[in-house]
Amino acid sequence: MTEFEIVRPLLGGMLIGLSSAILMLAKGRIAGISGIFEGILRPKSGETLWRVLFIGGLLVGGFAMSLFFPERFELQTNRSLEMLGLAGLLVGFGVHIGCGCTSGHGVCGISRISARSLVAVPTFMAVGGLVVWFMNSSVGG
Amino acid sequence: MFMRRLLTFIAGILFAIGLSIAGMTIPSKVINFLDVFGNWDPSLMFVMMGAIGVYSLLFHLVKPKMAKPFFADEFKLPTRIRIDVPLIIGAALFGAGWGLGGFCPGPALASVLLLDVRVFVFVGLMIVGMYLGILVQPWIPKPLYRNN
Repeated sequence: MTEFEIVRPLLGGMLIGLSSAILMLAKGRIAGISGIFEGILRPKSGETLWRVLFIGGLLVGGFAMSLFFPERFELQTNRSLEMLGLAGLLVGFGVHIGCGCTSGHGVCGISRISARSLVAVPTFMAVGGLVVWFMNSSVGG
Repeated sequence: MFMRRLLTFIAGILFAIGLSIAGMTIPSKVINFLDVFGNWDPSLMFVMMGAIGVYSLLFHLVKPKMAKPFFADEFKLPTRIRIDVPLIIGAALFGAGWGLGGFCPGPALASVLLLDVRVFVFVGLMIVGMYLGILVQPWIPKPLYRNN
């Protein structure tokens, strides 16, 4: 069991929304982490530096927060390394084919009332839910 | 020039602070959020509410008043707008990986500098998955994509 929280998720979400809005209002870009990151893997001139800066901020910010609030980076689950590898593979492949993840579709897309995101978000949440249900009933969560 | 670069970097930092305060960086919390019929922990619903609330407000109230972004020539919004098969298959595969690992790309990257082998394995194979997607995409039959 994990603790049910309201204030912290709400506050954290608002910061995520603010950061994403800064990217839109300042750079005119969608804050989709998978898309921004993938752009670094396939560099195009003039399109790489801002991506490196944003992802760099994400890395540094995460590291700094982990020093002050290590409990917010509790990485332990009942998933094995093999499962995490398969999970990474599915996530990387899926976000490329599906053009986005929790941030691009979930935050920006839903806010923009994009039809594609309104389909993608329930799809990945439902499949995620099914996989968790299957894992917990077969592995014993 | 320096200011705009700094702002992009700060936006990344803010994003990571938001993710970790929200609890998105705790995979067991993500897994319990998705576990609607088991140990459901609905906390992360409020992350979506907070993020969508703030972003919607700024996107629909402030952006329309701007001719162009502060530091760029134009707003670049996604050009694909119609729902198609690759979107649904991709989202489903992403969802499967999200439920299996408890990580999505943002929180995983925000955790990279913790130098934890679990994050390395996830992010390493996520990169492999992205390259696989890039390789496979040209082979997806054209009729599955709907032109806009």
